[in-house]
Amino acid sequence: MTTTLVSVTSGRLGRARSRALLTGILAAVVVALVATSLMVGQTFYGPGEVLRVVLGQHVPGASFAVGELRLPRTTLALVAGLALGLAGVTFQTMLHNPLASPDVIGISSGASAAAVVAIVVLRLPESLVSLVAIGAALLTALVIYLLAYRDGVVGTRLILIGIGISAMLDSVVSYVIVRAATWDLQTAMRWLTGSVNGAVWSTVAPLTLAVLVLAPVLLAQARPLRLMQHGDDAAAALGVPVERTRVIAILAAVGLVALATAAAGPIAFVAFLAGPIAARIVGPGTSLMVPAALVGAVLVLGADLVGQHAAGNRYPVGVVTGVLGAPYLVHLLIRTNRAGGSP
Amino acid sequence: MTTAHTLVAEAVTLAYGDRTVVEELDLRVDDGRITVIVGANACGKSTLLRALARLLPPSGGRVLLDGKELHRQPTKEVARTLGLLPQSPVAPEGIVVADLVARGRSPHQRLLSRWSGADDLAVAEALDLTGTSDLADRVVDELSGGQRQRVWIAMALAQRTDILLLDEPTTYLDICHQVEVLDLLTDLNRDRGTTIVMVLHDLNLAARYADRLVALSRGRIVASGDPSEVLTPAVIRTVFGMSSEVVPDPVSGRPMVLPVGRHHSGRLAATA
Repeated sequence: MTTTLVSVTSGRLGRARSRALLTGILAAVVVALVATSLMVGQTFYGPGEVLRVVLGQHVPGASFAVGELRLPRTTLALVAGLALGLAGVTFQTMLHNPLASPDVIGISSGASAAAVVAIVVLRLPESLVSLVAIGAALLTALVIYLLAYRDGVVGTRLILIGIGISAMLDSVVSYVIVRAATWDLQTAMRWLTGSVNGAVWSTVAPLTLAVLVLAPVLLAQARPLRLMQHGDDAAAALGVPVERTRVIAILAAVGLVALATAAAGPIAFVAFLAGPIAARIVGPGTSLMVPAALVGAVLVLGADLVGQHAAGNRYPVGVVTGVLGAPYLVHLLIRTNRAGGSP
Repeated sequence: MTTAHTLVAEAVTLAYGDRTVVEELDLRVDDGRITVIVGANACGKSTLLRALARLLPPSGGRVLLDGKELHRQPTKEVARTLGLLPQSPVAPEGIVVADLVARGRSPHQRLLSRWSGADDLAVAEALDLTGTSDLADRVVDELSGGQRQRVWIAMALAQRTDILLLDEPTTYLDICHQVEVLDLLTDLNRDRGTTIVMVLHDLNLAARYADRLVALSRGRIVASGDPSEVLTPAVIRTVFGMSSEVVPDPVSGRPMVLPVGRHHSGRLAATA
């Protein structure tokens, strides 16, 4: 008994310490990427100059390049990454399936299609676009849920229906973009693969606010969501109000995805990749929400840096994350196919 | 160690959509004893267990825990008195045994509460009782079926509830692991006074381990009581639609059911 107690306590503390350490490292990487994104560009500014700009002081040259161009862009990459990572892992945990992330099952496409229609066809102001995107994303989630419902919802059926819906909505985006011939390539790319180009505070602010409000809401559900991995009955037996947890998690996660999409377009595969990468890094068994949010930020910030500076051309962030994510999606689909069920 | 509880189903009707599975059933669970529910497939055994565990709201009648209606009480409060091990719970990929067992402590924790020494103690005790302390740092996916089932029971034990409901805890286990699990539950009942209600498929093991046997057929209780009163050829015919002989079990003295099929019943014909 005592020996077991000692080993239980030390094992738990050991695992908790290593998870805390790894999460800390991830956070440090995010900070480093934010700093790099602010410093690197056509002109290099040192950390001192960047810090002074961020603190609101006037620095000739840097105030415009860093303050007006890089800061909104970097903030957008950071908060969009956090939002997508968090929303993705919420869906994956809730439906206990790595394929069930909002960008695979069409929720991002719903937000994206609505945003494009709102901007191009209806010419709505920016402030309304976010609301329309949230509404459309919730509607898409509801439609997928209803179509997948037959004596309960089975993960695999929901995913296949979601992939179909996603394809339909993506074609709406393509159609609208082709029709709007006056659009430049940059804007088109934003809605096709996601981009943080041309970020302005008016779109970054609502997303930042949403992350500040909705992230704590989701984090409060971390424990119940984790128990729902065992199945609804097992979770309820451990005292989880299953239906309430599900509704809160869906609303908050869909809200995050919709706002991130309205601001940066459907950045490919970030929501999908963040959870599994976080699980690899910190190990399962605990909540992946914070690590996955950080991984999401690392992916968007890192991919934007790569897209901006590493290749000859300037590629939007979604192209880079797409190149990373697509092979993993194929890998999971093959595994599902072989297993004949959920991966 | 345990406090007395009452768990009573009063004229409960249970249905999934339009399909009624259990109709106006009355059951008072014996406190501090082992009750085993038996019956043919789809007779409503698991459904009844789910209703007793607050997972399925009755469409008629009510389930009372300590005199209070179960579905009016918060899930978390119920989960401190009453634990349930469902038929096939899912272990998240890559989780280690100690972490899974620790999840049994959830009903005792608040949103931001710290993990306490009492929690560690409950986990360690659950591991020791189920003989899984050596497995504490192993990944659940890598365990054998018997080991895994003991780990799930350990999780239910870490929950420290006075009433424990189990849906076919011996499914997929070979005979030696089945006996091991049932012995473990009996220890728990005798040493701690935990009230146990479980669904079992194997009639002979049910007769061996039950203080009280409840035979269910088409959502109704056909017989209930001491195994020797319940396991009669007549009841078995009603419940399973099968002929049988019932003899005393040479090991325990409890009733033992020998099914009579169309083949290999030569000696019966000869003696008849």
